[in-house]
Amino acid sequence: MGEQENDLDLATLNDDELVQQMHDDLYDGLAEEIDTAVRILLDREWQPYDILTKALVEGMRIVGVDFRDGILFVPEVLMSANSMKAGMKILKPLLAETGAPKMGKMLIGTVKGDIHDIGKNLVAMMMEGAGFDVVDIGINNPVEKYLEAIEEHQPDILGMSALLTTTMPYMKVVIDALVEKGIRSDIEVFVGGAPLNEAFAESIGADAYCRDAAMAVETAKEMMSRRQGSASAAMAGSG
Amino acid sequence: MTDTIISSATKEVVIGFDRPFVIIGERINPTGRKLLAAEMAEGDYSRVESDALAQVEAGAHMLDVNAGIPMADEPRILAEAIQLVQSLTDVPLSIDSSIVEALESGLAVYKGKALVNSVTGEEERLEAVLPLVKKYGAAVVAISNDETGISEDPDVRFDVAKKIVERAADYGIPASDVVVDPLIMPIGALNEAGSAAFKLLHRLQKELKVNTTGGASNVSFGLPNRNGLNGAFISMAMASGLTSAITNPLHAEVMTSIMGADVMMGHDPNCTRWIKKYREPSVEGEGGGRESRRRRGRG
Repeated sequence: MGEQENDLDLATLNDDELVQQMHDDLYDGLAEEIDTAVRILLDREWQPYDILTKALVEGMRIVGVDFRDGILFVPEVLMSANSMKAGMKILKPLLAETGAPKMGKMLIGTVKGDIHDIGKNLVAMMMEGAGFDVVDIGINNPVEKYLEAIEEHQPDILGMSALLTTTMPYMKVVIDALVEKGIRSDIEVFVGGAPLNEAFAESIGADAYCRDAAMAVETAKEMMSRRQGSASAAMAGSG
Repeated sequence: MTDTIISSATKEVVIGFDRPFVIIGERINPTGRKLLAAEMAEGDYSRVESDALAQVEAGAHMLDVNAGIPMADEPRILAEAIQLVQSLTDVPLSIDSSIVEALESGLAVYKGKALVNSVTGEEERLEAVLPLVKKYGAAVVAISNDETGISEDPDVRFDVAKKIVERAADYGIPASDVVVDPLIMPIGALNEAGSAAFKLLHRLQKELKVNTTGGASNVSFGLPNRNGLNGAFISMAMASGLTSAITNPLHAEVMTSIMGADVMMGHDPNCTRWIKKYREPSVEGEGGGRESRRRRGRG
């Protein structure tokens, strides 16, 4: 199988075959092949936005499903996400130029007192992999830092993570500050981390508890399609 | 050579460089265990009871007890769980919480010399946890991170561990009562997680001369056949200086790796414990009269 793929000349495929091959290459985490394929589609005068949704996002949707179902594992998904990024690197400036609709923007960071960021980083990578703009403000964020970053970046989603039972109550401090500033309804708040559960998320007034990175992506897509209405729902869902 | 002594009312466990590896059972921990969390919050400790007994039966030398349940009265639940576990078994315990009040209430009811899990290099934590450790004459797990985060550089983590050991000394806690957790990261996300841990463990033993422990199962996060990887990691970590681990003794692969590594390190003289555990039962009519010969117990 490997040899055959090495011999495959992507340029000889018709559009449908090429998009199909891109789904497979994303699945296999082949960054160079994705880079090449994106360039071929651009040469064929595809709209950057169509490449993003039909080839990349749809490919990553399949990856997400198999990750959720335990068929793919963390290192494989990271390779897929990196391949997606290779494609996005080319598309990003073009998308901005053409004024294409945005997938959505997420601001993410661990809360004050909590420096555990592996889970947060996985979520950031998977969200980027799904085509979202991700602003990562790192670890140990006091409420002021969240508010500043929200004002600067105007995200659709705020993601907070905590690994400790001592630090997770701080999520409520941040949410309460959003309410106080009158911007709570402008932003969806996702929370996650090992000690959390749905009941906790509900009790602090978050919009969603995301058990893992795949769940965060799924929830974000659902949320964005609710926000943007049915046109983009079709885009994010079926590709 | 550094010996860390942990005890219950009647039993002592020694963690040390030239001693058999100490297995700290990880199961009594509601994090990620929905059912256990719900039961413990309602004061139902039946699963704590069965987890305690099963882990000791499987070969745990110590048990970790954690009651980290969101929105529950952790100090009370932790103290109750500790009292229950101490009434069931004589193995020493590690009292596990990130809430200082819970550590204190656990220490207050604990019989013996506990292992407090844990303190980090963060200033606030050092000032809150170390006086407690001193007050109750306990030992403490020192996690090698501080305010700046978890460094991927093992040398930075070494410096944090060194700082904690020095701060503990300021409070009158000897280095032998500080067990450093090198922070084992998922290898599936960080390809250097293994080699960084081995390098750090080596330095901790040779230069800082401290005992070590850690959540060994972290290494396999997000991967298939986790027990296989956990076992491979633990035996390599033992060769690099790891002297105890918080892990699940019910997993046969992990126990085989630990016991096998003990043999290889020369910590199981005459392979006595290995043979005792894995000797095939003799088939009836064979075995040259093993049963009939008088055998003196050798352990």
